[in-house]
Amino acid sequence: MFDYETLKLIWWGVIIVLMLGFALTGGFDLGVATLLPWVGRNDDERRVAINTVGPTWEGNQTWLVTFGGALFAAWPLVYAAAFSVLYVALIFTLFALFLRPVGFDFRSKLADPRWRSFWDWGLFVGGVFPSLVFGVAVGNLFVGLPFRYDEVLRVSYSGSFLDLFNVFGVFCGVLSVSMLTLHGAAFLYLRSDGAVARRARLATVIFGLATAVLFGAGGVLLGGMSGLHLASAGGDLNGVVLPLQKTVARNAGGWFGNFVAQPQLWLVPLATLLAALACAVSAALGRRWLALLASSLTVTGIIATAAIALFPFVLPSSIDPTSSLTLWDAVSSRKTLAIMLVMAAIFVPLIMLYTSWVYRVMRGTVTIERIHTDTHSY
Amino acid sequence: MIPAADVVELSRLQFGLTAMFHFLFVPLTLGLSWILVICESVYVMTGQQVYKDMTRFWGKLFGINFAMGVTTGLTLEFQFGTNWAYYSHYVGDIFGVPLAIEGLMAFFLESTFVGLFFFGWDRLGRVQHLLVTFLVAFGSNLSALWILIANGWMQNPVGAEFNLLTMRMELASIAEVIFNPVAQSKFVHTLAAGYVASSMFVLGISAWYLLKARDTGFAIRSFAVAAGFGLASVCSVIVLGDESGYTTGEVQKVKLAAIEAEWETQPAPAAITLFGIPNQAEERTDYAIKVPYVLGLIATRSVDKQVTGLKELREEHTQRVRSGMQAYDALVKLRAGSKDAVVQQQFDAHKADLGFGLLLKKYTPNVVDATPVQIAAAANDTIPKVAPLFWSFRVMVGLGFFFLFIFAASFWFLARKRLAPQRWLLRLIVLSIPLPWIATSAGWFVAEYGRQPWTISGVLPTFLSASSLEGGQLVFSLIGLCTIYSLLFVVEMYLMLKYIRLGPASLHTGRYHGEHALPANAQPAHA
Repeated sequence: MFDYETLKLIWWGVIIVLMLGFALTGGFDLGVATLLPWVGRNDDERRVAINTVGPTWEGNQTWLVTFGGALFAAWPLVYAAAFSVLYVALIFTLFALFLRPVGFDFRSKLADPRWRSFWDWGLFVGGVFPSLVFGVAVGNLFVGLPFRYDEVLRVSYSGSFLDLFNVFGVFCGVLSVSMLTLHGAAFLYLRSDGAVARRARLATVIFGLATAVLFGAGGVLLGGMSGLHLASAGGDLNGVVLPLQKTVARNAGGWFGNFVAQPQLWLVPLATLLAALACAVSAALGRRWLALLASSLTVTGIIATAAIALFPFVLPSSIDPTSSLTLWDAVSSRKTLAIMLVMAAIFVPLIMLYTSWVYRVMRGTVTIERIHTDTHSY
Repeated sequence: MIPAADVVELSRLQFGLTAMFHFLFVPLTLGLSWILVICESVYVMTGQQVYKDMTRFWGKLFGINFAMGVTTGLTLEFQFGTNWAYYSHYVGDIFGVPLAIEGLMAFFLESTFVGLFFFGWDRLGRVQHLLVTFLVAFGSNLSALWILIANGWMQNPVGAEFNLLTMRMELASIAEVIFNPVAQSKFVHTLAAGYVASSMFVLGISAWYLLKARDTGFAIRSFAVAAGFGLASVCSVIVLGDESGYTTGEVQKVKLAAIEAEWETQPAPAAITLFGIPNQAEERTDYAIKVPYVLGLIATRSVDKQVTGLKELREEHTQRVRSGMQAYDALVKLRAGSKDAVVQQQFDAHKADLGFGLLLKKYTPNVVDATPVQIAAAANDTIPKVAPLFWSFRVMVGLGFFFLFIFAASFWFLARKRLAPQRWLLRLIVLSIPLPWIATSAGWFVAEYGRQPWTISGVLPTFLSASSLEGGQLVFSLIGLCTIYSLLFVVEMYLMLKYIRLGPASLHTGRYHGEHALPANAQPAHA
């Protein structure tokens, strides 16, 4: 099978694929939920929006659960350090995510308008808040999180919840909301008709342009920040590398080192920018499928750009650069990586296969007439 | 540096509360999904509409419960990282594996198809829809397998080795982790318990309809499915049990001695204490009523093997703490760069007891300079409070036999077609609906409280496992979680009771109790 070094590299890819899985599918329901108060002006219209994602959101959220599980198994150091250093932010996110399962399922169970309005806002919070925090968290990877390891690799922290809301962190949060709302809008535009589709189309145009502008501005901001550079990994990459053995240099050139070293990588952010604009244009021209394809490329491109910029870092520390985790030293043992790779190789394609089937069964435009005649809708 | 004592205690409280709360919803997901499969199979085979209505009505209640299960399950997955960072770091290499496989293999299956179960009735063929229902049931049960493999490993950590270089436990054999006897016996026991709870749920609600003489055709068929499924399940719970797990693993020995209030090692075969008042201070059981031979037979499946008592276990543990000090001493030297073969030998000879050495960290950070008093204190920490375990276990077992009676009586009167006159039984069943939840909670309490002071039995003490958070953060999360959980629970119970009262009429088929009262042109309220 693969050697340890290759396995580490592959797992970097697998983790990103799982994160993308959540952004691309969970993005539908986060985005639709964020748009809910605006695309649906009455209960029927809101039900249309909810029913476009109703049958599939649970499977979509499982990408997040599996991402968490895979992080635990493949990058236990990242799972332990990131989740505990982001304690308050994650607990808040959890509270917001609570509103989704019960919001989707309980909303339709009673007809009372106050009840339904409560869950509409609940779904909105459950859409916008996690989108924001995920972005803030990724933004803070570039700033660095305030953690360090002691000699027995016990992690400790300084800094508070509010420190996360620095300029770049908040900026990335806004970008993340814009990106996921764009994706949800493009999906809703494809799956609905009438007034809801009209508003979803407008949202696709607005958030397509907004995402392009924010993404470009984010690049400028990032250029002004200092990045990290792995001077030495501290050992043979094919063997066990310990976090505290590496040498990390502050890189005044920002986080663009990888792009400078491999100029063809600039194609990724460039394509991302074009995809976001193409999404807005496609929606304006009424090309629904093209808009969804473009929004998917936008989401993929933004996450890929961030991953490339950070490479090989996965969890930089702001207070002790040596404690920063890289894909070389945050990993599980070779055996665990190998076993989990076999599992991922079997099950990820299988999941994609049956998820596509479910989407196929539930295909078609959700209309007000349909939700009135179909007793099985939310 | 170890986390502050209040942080550890609050983290334990939070994990215990959220895990117990989550497990209020898990049993119904595990068992009700199979009841749906049974009802729908009959529908597919016979084409009788009432079985489709049964699938859909119990499916509605399943859905309300499922939403809560998903909501509360997410907390648990986050919490290992947020609150138990050192634990995640120390054993993630092994413990993360079943959790990740659970996501990939099982949870995805369950959550992807659960949407189709509700939305796919008019879009799928009958057999296709049955297959979807089956996949939901199969996925949720498979999910439980992997979670219990993870939990079983905490009780009996097989197939793992300590790595000096990375300072953590690493996977040695995935097969040993999967086929861990504790995990396997826990799996069957937990599943069967979930089936019993689900059967009691359906049986109880059906009994209520029968008492009210409404929707009797629907209710009696549901009652029959639940009685059959419940009787088979309750026999499994009792017969399979989890007693096979007790004899393996270090903590399981302590747990067994504690739940039986077995202070001294008795001559084999040991007597079982049916009742008594455990007296922790004087380490004896007051007013004990004992039945000779039984404990020895159950626990060792022999007449000549002993069941080790708590006092003797504490003596053994004192030795293991001393041995753990040797391991820790060698560990420090090896990490400082010692290449001495003698030191390596010392480590290898004592490394199995490293966890016992770590228990001393609570008393002295350097471990190796522990006084005899500190060693005795550490060994004493390994002996749990007996009374809570003793009583929880008896509550669980007592309820188990009560359920056997309920299901057997239900089945008997049903088979003899004399159910309707037994109003006492129907009333008793309605009142018994909450009892399986008490039994499962008591069972989990025995399993998890009985594991203390360890998170990983004999390997990692609880107080080292927690994240180095601040007390205020824990207070914030605890208050938030308790508030939201309480509100959600009220909402969930309200919806459950509302739909139970509406009964199958909530499907708006026009065939059930109260539906004729609707004006002909009325819009269904919950379409």
